[in-house]
Amino acid sequence: MMKITARMMHFRTLNEKIRESDETNIEIHECYGQRYIGSGLSGKNITIYGIPGNALASYFDGGTITVHGNAQDATCDTMNEGRVVIHGSCGDAAGYGMRGGQLLIRDNVGYRAGIHMKAYKEQQPLIMVGGMAGSFLAEYQAGGTIIVLGLNNHEKPAPIGALCCAGMHGGRLFLRCNEKPTDFDDHIFVNKATEGDMQSIEAYLRDFCDTFDISYEEVLSKDFYVITPNTSNPYKALYTKNCV
Amino acid sequence: MLQKEGEIRIPSGCAISGIFSRDGQMFNGEDIIRSIAVMHDRSNGLGGGFAGYGIYPRTKDLYALHVFYDSPSAKEDCEKFIAQNFEMEVAEKIPTRRDPKITDEPAIWRYFVFPLAKKMNDMQVDEREFVARCVVMVNTTIKGAYVFSSGKNMGVFKAVGFPEDVGRYYCLDQYEGYSWTAHGRYPTNTPGWWGGAHPFAMLDYSIVHNGEISSYDANRRFIEMYGYKCTLLTDTEVITYIIDYLNRKKGLTLQETAEVIAAPFWSEIEKMSPEEKRKYTYFRNAFSSLLITGPFSILLGFTGGMMALNDRLKLRSMVVGEKDDRVYFASEECAIRIVEPNLDKLWSPKGGEPVIVTLNDGVKI
Repeated sequence: MMKITARMMHFRTLNEKIRESDETNIEIHECYGQRYIGSGLSGKNITIYGIPGNALASYFDGGTITVHGNAQDATCDTMNEGRVVIHGSCGDAAGYGMRGGQLLIRDNVGYRAGIHMKAYKEQQPLIMVGGMAGSFLAEYQAGGTIIVLGLNNHEKPAPIGALCCAGMHGGRLFLRCNEKPTDFDDHIFVNKATEGDMQSIEAYLRDFCDTFDISYEEVLSKDFYVITPNTSNPYKALYTKNCV
Repeated sequence: MLQKEGEIRIPSGCAISGIFSRDGQMFNGEDIIRSIAVMHDRSNGLGGGFAGYGIYPRTKDLYALHVFYDSPSAKEDCEKFIAQNFEMEVAEKIPTRRDPKITDEPAIWRYFVFPLAKKMNDMQVDEREFVARCVVMVNTTIKGAYVFSSGKNMGVFKAVGFPEDVGRYYCLDQYEGYSWTAHGRYPTNTPGWWGGAHPFAMLDYSIVHNGEISSYDANRRFIEMYGYKCTLLTDTEVITYIIDYLNRKKGLTLQETAEVIAAPFWSEIEKMSPEEKRKYTYFRNAFSSLLITGPFSILLGFTGGMMALNDRLKLRSMVVGEKDDRVYFASEECAIRIVEPNLDKLWSPKGGEPVIVTLNDGVKI
């Protein structure tokens, strides 16, 4: 195992050390905002204590990253494969254009989580959030699965902000809440999760509970709603009426 | 020759940071320098600056004018103008530390002044309005002179360079204040020059800004009808004047000021209670030209307080932390943790939701 104390080390130096290391397991201590950790990497297990900088795990291509602290903006930008676990909250635009792998966030996530997330065959990205999500969640989502549990939600009917699923045209969003979430565009379907829907995410939920030591029963103590877009040309009349 | 703002367009990222003591405890500029230095890579060396409040306790009833001069004649003309309009208690060079990374410096002077009563009476305006008009007058009519700070018991320090170098250049370890803001610049549309660095200030209002507002020209056309002159052709300057206009001249509270410049969408107003709906509709109609669009996160410093505000779509990042009486604001969480690793509270304000902190009741500064 390789241990690095980052403190005021420049991100370039830190990332070179990680890339050049023969060790599979790497621990970074006293991390203060170093950007691009894990960018494009595969086959390493990185554990971070502190606050990694923007674009953590961008283009990440396999392996694991575990953060004991909060992550900043653009975490898992265009991530392809692997698993990122945040024992804390995450900033804006988490999972931007993510096309594979898993991002697990124990607490809250900022604005625009899962923006432009996509999927293709075996490439099925997943974002799970234990707390609340900011506005523009799943904006332009094109594929993959986002699950927001709102375990710390005691105020709002749904664990989301405004303009959720704006421009969504693929994939699924699961929200854990007792009231049917409202305020979506006409071409977004909101339905109570069926048994089949729940079966499809059961393994994810159990894994999330194990990872963060959360009671599975508590997670299931509220209803789940699944939100999907109407994929039959949903935006045909957004700007102008198409001639049919 | 150096082309100034508006003469050239370079296709921003920036960093902002602020520290505020609610108990009015005084601390020197080292913490704010450490905070902004962590975000070094958000700037590109073309501008850095700081604002400190409570830093001139011995002359706290006088206006501190900080001025850049490009030439001896500019200084001569400006000092003549100041002498005609103000009683001048102190005129001195602002102390700086030589730094090989800070070059092309203008002459940097400060004056502690008070408006001449007769001049104020002649103009029939109050003290603050008089000072504001004099600042605009110098910046628009005296070539090569630029007043970049004009408040009481506060001061702006800025230059071309990385912010941590700029902070050391101005010896900010020698000043103690209860409130500090900082900016690291990454100019994208305009070149870096000393006057164009942040903070931008008018009286005791100072603004540091990360973003690029797309409503600049609409805002400028409106605000110039009220005696302001946007001499720097940069978006941050117009934000400073808008806040001065709404808060000082129109008497709106800072909360209301934020509701004007980062107004909710009409679709959100539709869903509000009748009372709120009336208020927001009124603001949007009365000050429609002061709506600021495009990405921004700003920190406004003022006597006794600080306000943070994001654009309503939250296209820029902003984190707020609290520990005891201290409140920390920054573009990135790491810039707060480096100064205070153990926070009582940390959160990201929503788009368009101002965070306003002021000194606790009874705190004298």
